[in-house]
Amino acid sequence: MRPANEAELAEAIRAANGPVLVRGGGTRTVGACTGEVLETGGLSGVALYEPGALTLVAGAGTPLAEVEALLAVEGQRLPFEVPDMRGLLGRLGDSTLGGVVAANASGPRRVQAGGCRDSLIGVRFVDGAGTVIKNGGRVMKNVTGYDLVKLMAGSWGTLGVLSEVSFKLLPVPEAGATLVIRGLSDAQAVQAMASALGSPFEVNGAAHWPGQGTFLRIEGFAASVAYRATQLQRHLAAFGTVEMEEGTARWDAIRDVVPFHGREGDVWRISVKPSDAPGLVARMGDAEVLYDWGGGLIWALMVPGADLRAQLGAFQGHATRVRGAGPGAFQPEPPGVAALTRGLRAKFDPRGFLNAGLMGA
Amino acid sequence: MEMPAPNSMVLSAKPQIVARLRTVLPPDAVIEDAAETRAYECDALTAYRCPPLAVVLPRTTAEVSDVLRICHEAGVPVVPRGSGTSLAGGALPTADCVILGVARMNAVLETDYDNRFIRVQSGRTNLSVTGAVEQDGFFYAPDPSSQLACAIAGNIAMNSGGAHCLKYGVTTNNLLGVTLVQMDGTVLEIGGAHMDSGGLDLLGVICGSEGQLGVVTEATLRILPKPEGARPVLVGFDSNEVAGECVSDIIKAGVLPVAIEFMDRPCIEATEAFAKAGYPDCEALLIIEVEGSPAEIDEQLALIKAIALRHNPVEFREAADEDQAKRIWLGRKSAFGAMGQINDYMCLDGTIPVSSLPYVLRRIGEMSKAIGLDVANVFHAGDGNMHPLILFDANKPGDLERCEALGADILRLCVEVGGCLTGEHGVGIEKRDLMGVQFAPDDLEAQLWVKDVFDPRWLLNPAKVFPLAVTASRRAA
Repeated sequence: MRPANEAELAEAIRAANGPVLVRGGGTRTVGACTGEVLETGGLSGVALYEPGALTLVAGAGTPLAEVEALLAVEGQRLPFEVPDMRGLLGRLGDSTLGGVVAANASGPRRVQAGGCRDSLIGVRFVDGAGTVIKNGGRVMKNVTGYDLVKLMAGSWGTLGVLSEVSFKLLPVPEAGATLVIRGLSDAQAVQAMASALGSPFEVNGAAHWPGQGTFLRIEGFAASVAYRATQLQRHLAAFGTVEMEEGTARWDAIRDVVPFHGREGDVWRISVKPSDAPGLVARMGDAEVLYDWGGGLIWALMVPGADLRAQLGAFQGHATRVRGAGPGAFQPEPPGVAALTRGLRAKFDPRGFLNAGLMGA
Repeated sequence: MEMPAPNSMVLSAKPQIVARLRTVLPPDAVIEDAAETRAYECDALTAYRCPPLAVVLPRTTAEVSDVLRICHEAGVPVVPRGSGTSLAGGALPTADCVILGVARMNAVLETDYDNRFIRVQSGRTNLSVTGAVEQDGFFYAPDPSSQLACAIAGNIAMNSGGAHCLKYGVTTNNLLGVTLVQMDGTVLEIGGAHMDSGGLDLLGVICGSEGQLGVVTEATLRILPKPEGARPVLVGFDSNEVAGECVSDIIKAGVLPVAIEFMDRPCIEATEAFAKAGYPDCEALLIIEVEGSPAEIDEQLALIKAIALRHNPVEFREAADEDQAKRIWLGRKSAFGAMGQINDYMCLDGTIPVSSLPYVLRRIGEMSKAIGLDVANVFHAGDGNMHPLILFDANKPGDLERCEALGADILRLCVEVGGCLTGEHGVGIEKRDLMGVQFAPDDLEAQLWVKDVFDPRWLLNPAKVFPLAVTASRRAA
């Protein structure tokens, strides 16, 4: 199925008589489910772009690359630094806006600019019964009714098939700089990142790449970046020599988890309280890790089939296996929360057709 | 404003209900005397009043859970209440309801600077959250103008914003986790000190659900390092259109001020008469604030000045020191007080696309003339969140009704140009019956499903947010 517009999408879902596997570009799918493939690529095109209002509305099947190119012309961007998962997951194809939303895909800038969920201001989608539903809109302050926009972000297509999404945007800053401290232990690195993120110098990237260094990013007007870089070097002097690194390639590599590309093993993505991260990593045995979000996001490369959750035991946060075989890709929920999730899925998708099997239900 | 008829079974069972509540709460936490429940008969939307059946003021999550379980078993509606500052009637009681006030739950439970969060009981006021961390250089970003009084519980219920959300976002962008008590007494932890959800983003839909999905008793909030400094400028223009274009040009230029506030002539004149801030005599003025080190501020303001001067402003006023900065903010901060001085007023809260600003202001002017009620406009221009203030005389028969009619027309206009009914105050009862303007029946139905799941018996704040006709069958069930 490849509907060409929202009406066709609604008709296709109404007519479905079995499970449907919703697919944008197929570049960042997590977990496994089966069903007749429904491609959203036909729901493509920018419906509205107002640079003066920092607003974009586009079809869910619009290629991410097309949108990024359009925004770049006006010196703007999606604020949340969308990761490109193709290298990590070994996929081809073109990422779509709808897929980005369904995965709530957010990169290093999450720590300062918020995640995909925070920039998403409106959705249109077709629920599991084939009904078109809209929520939010094209304005960035909107508390009219329940915020189903947030509910759709990161719902992996289980509540409905997105047909249109709206984002608030940010200007691309004039300059950027990366600071690096080398030789820190994981625990020291998380402390250094906490110190940087707790400073007034507006750090918008904080990652620790074991063996490579601890990286901090600042962006803004050139003079301001130079000033803050100097201030941060002083602020972090206790952690060692703070060097400057040229270029932005480092952040693309962190965002896309380049160190695990082409490597054998399962890949896990774990969201935790930053200061808990080194202790949790210590429980992972010989896993290789990359810390982002000041330690709040851990990427881990494990031996195939390793039961990460068993190794971690009870912890605050959640772990998703983004690469690897078998069930259990998504974090199981406590009973009370799981009951709400089940209830919502039963309402939005009463036949249980949409991406059945994803998200632990 | 129509409210559902109270359930007579509940009214007649009051003695038994109060007695049961007293078994789980200390004596001073249950209020049933008519003289005392009157204090809870309204929130900041004072035009509508109704004393509740009883009021409970629990101190712990366990007490909240006990209260809700009892009310659930007895089929008693519960209206949660933070500080009662809602302008939308979010905490308006019905005669058969128990008001659950969280005002006594105001403790700081945990402060964690390394991980940049604070965990508080939800009755804590917005400003006192910042108060708990500012000596260490941190602050809580959402800053609704009622922040001295309003509670975090209400901020979460309404997804409150403030003047600085252009840079820092609103409540939902600064909320990491909640302890939520469901209507049947079940206590859930949603989110926490980590970011995002491993499953559905329930936190995202709880925030802004106006107390209809559960009672939030504790909240984990993101705190941010205070900027080194901040400084405003004031720019006056001889037309609303030009002021609007200037806002758009600043945003396009890549400057991201923390606040861009807009006032039109009626608002400038009223606040001038009241606060004497020394504002220029002009059609529209902008207050633009930027943050950073002194040099960073200078650089951003120089850019803003260059853009503003291209639009031939009547005046571009900079603040040489702290005192002058305060004077720039003085008029804006006294705008609501000034309006209250000259008249009764109704404060609207629609949001519009920034590009529609000149058109919407012109239409509001025309509508205001046609109905014969003055409207002053003050709003957050960077994000399009308008606050038209309609002036009326509550003692004059028919004035309130005309004011409400004009308000509804202005909100319809906001939706018509691509905006929404409410940007930060919430729907409550005030905009409840306009929901059909913004949402098709299917859009509303999807929202009702969420309540069906969280509160299947429709006992939590049931007469709010949605048109009564739309929810009638669910509330009766």
